[in-house]
Amino acid sequence: MASDDIWILGIHMTKFGKHPDKDTVDLAAEATMGALADGGVSMREMGVLAAGNLLGGGIGQQLQKQVGQTGIPVYNVANACATGATAVRVAYMAVKAGECDMGLAVGVEKLAGAGLLAGGSRKEDSKTWTPAGRYGAIAAIDGRIGTETMPGTFAQIGMEYGHRYGGATFELFAKISEKNHAHSTLNPLAAYTKRMSLEEIMNDVMISYPNTRPMCSANCDGAAAAVVVSDAKLKTLSVEQRRRAVKISASILTTDPYEEACQVLPNVNTLTRNAAKQAYEKAGIGPSDLDLVELHDCFATAELVHYDNLMLCPEGGAVDFFNSGATWRDGSTPVNVSGGLESKGHPIAATGIANLWEIATHLRGEAGPRQIEGAKVGLAHVIGLGSACGLHILEKSAA
Amino acid sequence: MVVGVKTGRECLDRGGASLGALASGDDRSSLETSMAAPIPLVDYLVLGDEPHLVANECTSCGARFFDRRNACAGCFATDFRKVDVDSSGEVRAFTIVAFAAPGIAVPFVSAIVDCGGTSVRANLLNVTPDPEHVTLGMKVRLTTSSMGVDEAGTEAIGFGYEPA
Ligand SMILES: [Zn+2]
Repeated sequence: MASDDIWILGIHMTKFGKHPDKDTVDLAAEATMGALADGGVSMREMGVLAAGNLLGGGIGQQLQKQVGQTGIPVYNVANACATGATAVRVAYMAVKAGECDMGLAVGVEKLAGAGLLAGGSRKEDSKTWTPAGRYGAIAAIDGRIGTETMPGTFAQIGMEYGHRYGGATFELFAKISEKNHAHSTLNPLAAYTKRMSLEEIMNDVMISYPNTRPMCSANCDGAAAAVVVSDAKLKTLSVEQRRRAVKISASILTTDPYEEACQVLPNVNTLTRNAAKQAYEKAGIGPSDLDLVELHDCFATAELVHYDNLMLCPEGGAVDFFNSGATWRDGSTPVNVSGGLESKGHPIAATGIANLWEIATHLRGEAGPRQIEGAKVGLAHVIGLGSACGLHILEKSAA
Repeated sequence: MVVGVKTGRECLDRGGASLGALASGDDRSSLETSMAAPIPLVDYLVLGDEPHLVANECTSCGARFFDRRNACAGCFATDFRKVDVDSSGEVRAFTIVAFAAPGIAVPFVSAIVDCGGTSVRANLLNVTPDPEHVTLGMKVRLTTSSMGVDEAGTEAIGFGYEPA
C-alpha cells in the first residue's frame, strides 16, 4: 500500500559561476530539463510548478514558454535566501495535498558581478533633512546606526555567539572557511574550486571583521530544479526510477518568532533550532544519524552558529565541535562537502535546491570523488534574512 | 543576502516623542541663534541636555520597539507607552565594517549594545576601529555627533556609543 511519503524523482543543478551567454530563463530551463530527464519524466506529467528568482521577480510563466506550456498552476515564490527551499516545499505541499502526483520546483539567479549586497533599506540622502519612514529617519541609517550589510550583520551574529560561549576568534572563523574551500576542490560544479590556506584567507581583503572576502558567499549565476512525486505514483514507475528516488523525510519552513533584540539584529538561531526540532521529530531521525549536512554558510560566521542551531553539537559547543574536526569530509558529521556558499557559490533562489541536489547525489552514490561513502541520510538547511528557514531531511531509497 | 530586515512600508508622519524635546532647546543650537533647532537622525533619539533614546513599550508584555508597531510582535496587544532607554550598556556583538554604502566613512564599528535589557544597534564612536580596541563585553555610553547642516541650515544630530 502507498504511504503519504513524498519523493524526489529527479533533480539537477547547473554549473555555478559565470554564465554570460545565458539569461535567467535559459539557466532555469537548463535546470528544469535536467531534472525532468534525471527523473525520466516530461512537463506533461507535472501538475504544479513553483519557481523562484529573487532579483528578477516571477519567472515561472516565462520558463513554461521555454520548456512546455501545459496550463498547470504556477506559483512564483520569493522568500529571501530560502526561496529555493520554499519552492520545493510548495511543490511538496501540492503533492501531499493530493492536488497532483508530480510537481516541479525551480530556483535561478543571475548574480555574477553583483558586488556587495546591502541590507535593502538604503536610500539616497536628500538635500534637506526630512524625516521619513517608520523611524522618522532624516538620512539612510545603514552605516550611521550600525550596519545593514549582509557581511556585517552575519559577522555580528557570529560574534554574538562568541560573546555568549567564548572561543570564536577570527582564526576560528577563517578555519571554517578553509574547510569549505578545501571541500570545493572536489566539486566540479562549484564556482570556485581553489584550495586556500588559512593565511591566504586571513590576509585577504577584509569585508566586515571577522569576515574576509573568501569567508563571504560567492555571488554567481546558477539554477537548480527538482521533480517531486507521490509515493503512490512512484510505485507505478520503473525499478530504476524507484531505486534512484530519494525520500523527503521532512520538509519544514519556519519564520523568526518575536524575541528581544530581533529588531536590531536578526535572530537566525531560534527559527533554525525550531525547524531542526520539527524536522528530526517528523523524520524520526536524530542529528547523530546524519551522514552529511549542507547548511547555510552565507558567511563563515554563520556556519558556526548553525552547528549549534541544528543540534549537531551540544548547546554552546560549536567551537569545540568544529575544532574536533567533525565537520570536515572525513569527520563524524561532514558539513558542506559541496564547498558551501563560500566556494560553491550562492545564486540566491537556486541555493535551496542545489543543496538538496548535493545531498541526493550522495544518497544515490553518484557523487564521484567527493562521495561520502555509504551515505543514507542528509540534511539541507537555508536561511533567508527577514527571516525564513527552510529545512529538508532526505533519505536513501530502500528499493 | 536578503530581502531586507525591515518592513518596506513607509510612512511620512513621525512619532512625536523627539519633537517636543527639540522645542525645549539644545545648547548646540544656542551657539548660532539664527539656526533652526537641530534635528535628530531618527525620531527615537531625543536631543536636549541629556540626549537619550526612547522606545515604544508594549504596556501588556513590555516588549520595546524603536519604530511604531500596529500591534505588539510579541503579544499582539495594541497599547504602547514611550519609555527612556538606558544610555549606558555593554557591547554584545560587533563588526568592523570595511565595505559600506557610498558616503559612509570606513572602517567603522557597528555594534549591538545591551542597554539594561534593551538591545540597541549603533556605531561605536571615539574608539580606534580595530579588534585590539573594540572588545566583546566592553562598557559603553551613548553619545551624539553632528551630521552637518542641510541646505536650509538645519543641523542633524546622530548617535552612537563610546567607551565608558
Ligand atoms: Zn506585547
